[in-house]
Amino acid sequence: MSRLSNVSSTLAQETVEELYKDIERNIQTSQPGLCPVDLAAAFLHLSHARSCGKCTPCRVGLGRLEELINSVLDGKADMETLDVIETTAESIFRSADCAIGSEAARMAVKAVKGFRDDFEEHILHGRCKLQNFKSVPCVSECPAHVDIPGYIALIHEGRYADAVNLIRKDNPLPATCGMICEHPCEEHCRRKLVDDAINIRGLKRYAVEHEGEIKKPACEEATGKKIAIIGGGPSGLTAAYFLSKMGHECTVYEQRDKLGGMLRYGIPSYRLPREILDREIEGMKLTGFKTITNFSIGKDMSFDELRKQYDAVYISIGAHIDNKIGIDGEDADGVVSAVEMLRGIGDGKMPDFSGLKIVVVGGGNVAMDVARSAVRLGAESVKIAYRRRKADMTALAEEVEGAVADGCEIMELNSPVRIEKNADGKVAAIWLKPQIVGEVKWGRPAPVNADAPEVRIPCDRVLVAIGQGIESAQFGEAGIPLKRNRIAASDEGDFEGIEGVFSGGDCVTGPATVIKAIAGGKVAAANIDEYLGFNHLITSDVELPPVRFADREPMGRVNMTERPAGERIKDFCLMENSMTDQEACQESARCLQCDHFGCGLLKGGREFKW
Amino acid sequence: MVNVTIDGKKISVPEGTTILKAAKELGINIPTLCYWEGLNEIGACRVCVVEVEGNIRLPAACNTPVEEGMVVRTNTKKVRDARKANVELILSEHNSNCTACVRSGNCSLQKLANEFNVGEIPYRKHLQEKKGNTSFPLIHDYTRCIKCMRCIQVCDKIQASSIWDLVNTGSRSTVDLASSYSLEESKCALCGQCITHCPVGALKERDDTDRAIDALEDPDKITVIQIAPSIRTAWGEAFGLSPEEATVNRLAACLKEIGFDYVFDTNFSADLTIMEEGSEFLSRLGDKENNKFPMFTSCCPGWVRFVKANYPEFIDNLSTAKSPQQMFGAVTKSYFAEQIGVDPSKICSISIMPCLAKKHECAIPVMNDACGDPDVDIVLTTREVDRLIKSEHVDPANLSDIELDSPLGIGSGAGNIFGATGGVMEAALRTAYNLVTGSNPDPDAFKAVRGQQGWKEAEFDLAGSTLKIAVANGLGNAAKLLDALKKGEVEYDFVEIMACPGGCVGGGGQPIHEQCEMAPLRAPVLYQQDADMKLRFSHENPSITKIYEEYFGKPLSEKSHHLLHTDHHKWTMPNGN
Repeated sequence: MSRLSNVSSTLAQETVEELYKDIERNIQTSQPGLCPVDLAAAFLHLSHARSCGKCTPCRVGLGRLEELINSVLDGKADMETLDVIETTAESIFRSADCAIGSEAARMAVKAVKGFRDDFEEHILHGRCKLQNFKSVPCVSECPAHVDIPGYIALIHEGRYADAVNLIRKDNPLPATCGMICEHPCEEHCRRKLVDDAINIRGLKRYAVEHEGEIKKPACEEATGKKIAIIGGGPSGLTAAYFLSKMGHECTVYEQRDKLGGMLRYGIPSYRLPREILDREIEGMKLTGFKTITNFSIGKDMSFDELRKQYDAVYISIGAHIDNKIGIDGEDADGVVSAVEMLRGIGDGKMPDFSGLKIVVVGGGNVAMDVARSAVRLGAESVKIAYRRRKADMTALAEEVEGAVADGCEIMELNSPVRIEKNADGKVAAIWLKPQIVGEVKWGRPAPVNADAPEVRIPCDRVLVAIGQGIESAQFGEAGIPLKRNRIAASDEGDFEGIEGVFSGGDCVTGPATVIKAIAGGKVAAANIDEYLGFNHLITSDVELPPVRFADREPMGRVNMTERPAGERIKDFCLMENSMTDQEACQESARCLQCDHFGCGLLKGGREFKW
Repeated sequence: MVNVTIDGKKISVPEGTTILKAAKELGINIPTLCYWEGLNEIGACRVCVVEVEGNIRLPAACNTPVEEGMVVRTNTKKVRDARKANVELILSEHNSNCTACVRSGNCSLQKLANEFNVGEIPYRKHLQEKKGNTSFPLIHDYTRCIKCMRCIQVCDKIQASSIWDLVNTGSRSTVDLASSYSLEESKCALCGQCITHCPVGALKERDDTDRAIDALEDPDKITVIQIAPSIRTAWGEAFGLSPEEATVNRLAACLKEIGFDYVFDTNFSADLTIMEEGSEFLSRLGDKENNKFPMFTSCCPGWVRFVKANYPEFIDNLSTAKSPQQMFGAVTKSYFAEQIGVDPSKICSISIMPCLAKKHECAIPVMNDACGDPDVDIVLTTREVDRLIKSEHVDPANLSDIELDSPLGIGSGAGNIFGATGGVMEAALRTAYNLVTGSNPDPDAFKAVRGQQGWKEAEFDLAGSTLKIAVANGLGNAAKLLDALKKGEVEYDFVEIMACPGGCVGGGGQPIHEQCEMAPLRAPVLYQQDADMKLRFSHENPSITKIYEEYFGKPLSEKSHHLLHTDHHKWTMPNGN
């Protein structure tokens, strides 16, 4: 008899593992709008199937809980059932021996507390209150609701100009978004059920690259209404573009030298080349809006004065001021805010970091941008100090990986405590306090001081990238409501009791994504038009090709490739390679066309106008 | 053009053609269930699936366009198995108690199950337990619904009412009310288009035939039945009779055989409506300051419900004239009761209508002007009358035409065309012309308003002044017209609206034909009858002349106001308007 044996997996085990992977992807694609009570029952069923059967609360309790929730769904429960569900779930949570039972019960407790009103709607009226099935996940997840399946179908047909014009119906910055959009559309892409999300951003970029000349967009008859837009970033430009198309006379006031806002003064050119940004903005200006640069509302003209001169005003000033760490020595010569550094680069003022040791403080996308820019500016070394774990960084994973590949070193779990100056008042070193990961608070584990001594990192520059603020004080003084320095506009972009003033983009949401800023501009354009007494609808006359029927056999996703790190760190030229024709053809064919297949046809997968 | 091969036969069709249509051109029949051309091409039931060479999955033929070189097989084992499985799965959630179903014999699911030779179903039965209100004119039977979604689509796309929606997700997904908890609390116009587009018995009218039979059996009751214009285009369909055979006179013979005492014609009260509504219009024209324009027709109760629920700002634009049904009821229980010398409460007033909204209309509490009882007691749809005839074992084919009773059995050709879109407007213009000029126009002078087009406009010269009129049919078209009026994009003097597409000939109470809009086929019957009649003007109807001489005096007299007009504010829709 052998005492031990190696474990070899059986076909059954392998299949179950595969099914687990399938269900993982399945859950990743879950979109908002499904009946949460039904999902809660399904989650319980899955958890119950994992019970080993030893203990009462889990073996019996999870089944009874599921039955109770099903009785709610079947309209056979009363309000007392809800209390039974809650107390049973809490008892299981407290008394289950292992996490299988207690965590399943914790989910049930969360459910009954989190959407109790929906449980009640089922009990009282036999139906779901929250259900609002979104037929096309990518379109509903895109803040600007771009017709994604539509333009992917056009790309597949080789109709690139049509594809980009269809994008422009909802988003007038397709080139920019093709380069740098955070693509929330890919998050719940239904293709993940089969293999992986469609590379939507990559396809958009490909379409723009093959679009050809940008044609002057058709504009409605002039209305004689004048609109001022404060801030020439993505949100302001979007509003100006759509409002001009609607026939209104728009003027964009930009306090800096050039238009683009954070696209120019926040995003390095190796991610968004300036010639592409310039071409995009010139294309938008074909709608006829005026731009006045180097003109600051608040300094060169008061907001009240501006308001008097226009029928409506859109405030889209972005979030351009830096946050301070608040530690000793932050006033040292050589401590530079990320915002300041990137702004200079935007205006073509390249600092020389040759031979310098750089420490970046922060873990967001901006921290990665300044770190990677520092590498390109000739720094001898770039370290990124972050008080949480690398896994907790808010930067996109690919940005963090890219920074590491570029040669940046990540010092996770290190909290800056002070900056040491030399005799000349210049930065000599940064002191970091090692951290240990702690309890989960607000969804992220919070760091706490570790039982370890402070570490001294000698350096010449400290680049601070710990978020941006909003220069909103003057608007507050002019009577625009503020909330923690943000401009407190409604979801419709307007203000109760203030006529004709609208706001959107980063200055309302806080620092967010370019596509959210664009969506803000789109919402404002529609509501300003409505406010001025019009109902100009933005439409597209692009006709889609007939839908393609195809099997949905798994096929790998075409990921974007980048120039080799050793090459790209020498310049500020575009880092990411284009998709090839072959790749774009294959990738566009992967789209499941949810605007047609599934609920799309019933509920209307496409928005033809807004 | 795209070249495809279906079941070995080659065909070339325009790009975008579906597999279903290409197959049809080749004479290949692919079964469908949820499909309705142009309305519901959503591939939900998966009964029309076919095999495409090179693909593992089976696409729905109804909404998959052909591609160049596509090779399609419609009759492989995979296809047969999948289609049959889907029919059996649908049956596992369908109340198949067919003998107790109003659609037995005219049910798409029953027909498919027979075609697929369905025997023992391998799945357990799951019937929804929710029940709809059976006292409302429109009844939703959840146990028979197969979730084809046609009702959602017709209500949404054609009738702009969006009463129905797909509610809940997953296994509990069902067709239910979109934004209210019950039909009676909803804005439903009761057009009944969801019924005529339902492939099964999930949506039906409240059956009032037993009430009619009770009245026939009651020795103290005198039964008076009126036949709406559009009935004569459709009632014979259930008996395989052509419109030429299924005359109103043969229907009268059936009704007499069943035992109704007096069989009259709603064409009479259509003529009366023209006298009242036409005069009202001319009087409004004469006092433009104090009246809202355009004036809307009020003879369609589905339209009246719709406008009250959705566009209350236009309620005062409605003519105050009652619908022909209600005018008829009021005359029956006043003038006619006097004529035959009976107490009007002894009369049971019944109407045969193409319509569910009429069932609601007759029960509106203020529709009791003649004697305090409801002016119309019972409304039977065409389908109910067909069922009544069948249940009495009367064979229409064996009966000969008889004349309708006098005096309320006489109607003009103008009254006859009330059953089609544009008909009320045309009839009104024929008489208005006479009222203004003193002479008759060519009876076909206003035929520009005929036809199935959803929203028609015309201008006519009326004694030197130009009259701008519009006609819309289908509530979706009505909504577009009202929206345009609100925005000031259009301006009219007089507008006719009928809730059902094509007017009453396409009414929600008419016989049901799978995947066929009947209005375009039925409307010409009414126009031909009009053309063949000597009497083509409402004001020339001798019974009309007589009733004004003997009873009402003149249009818009005090008595007319009391019996033939109504206040649309005296009752409310669930939203309080």
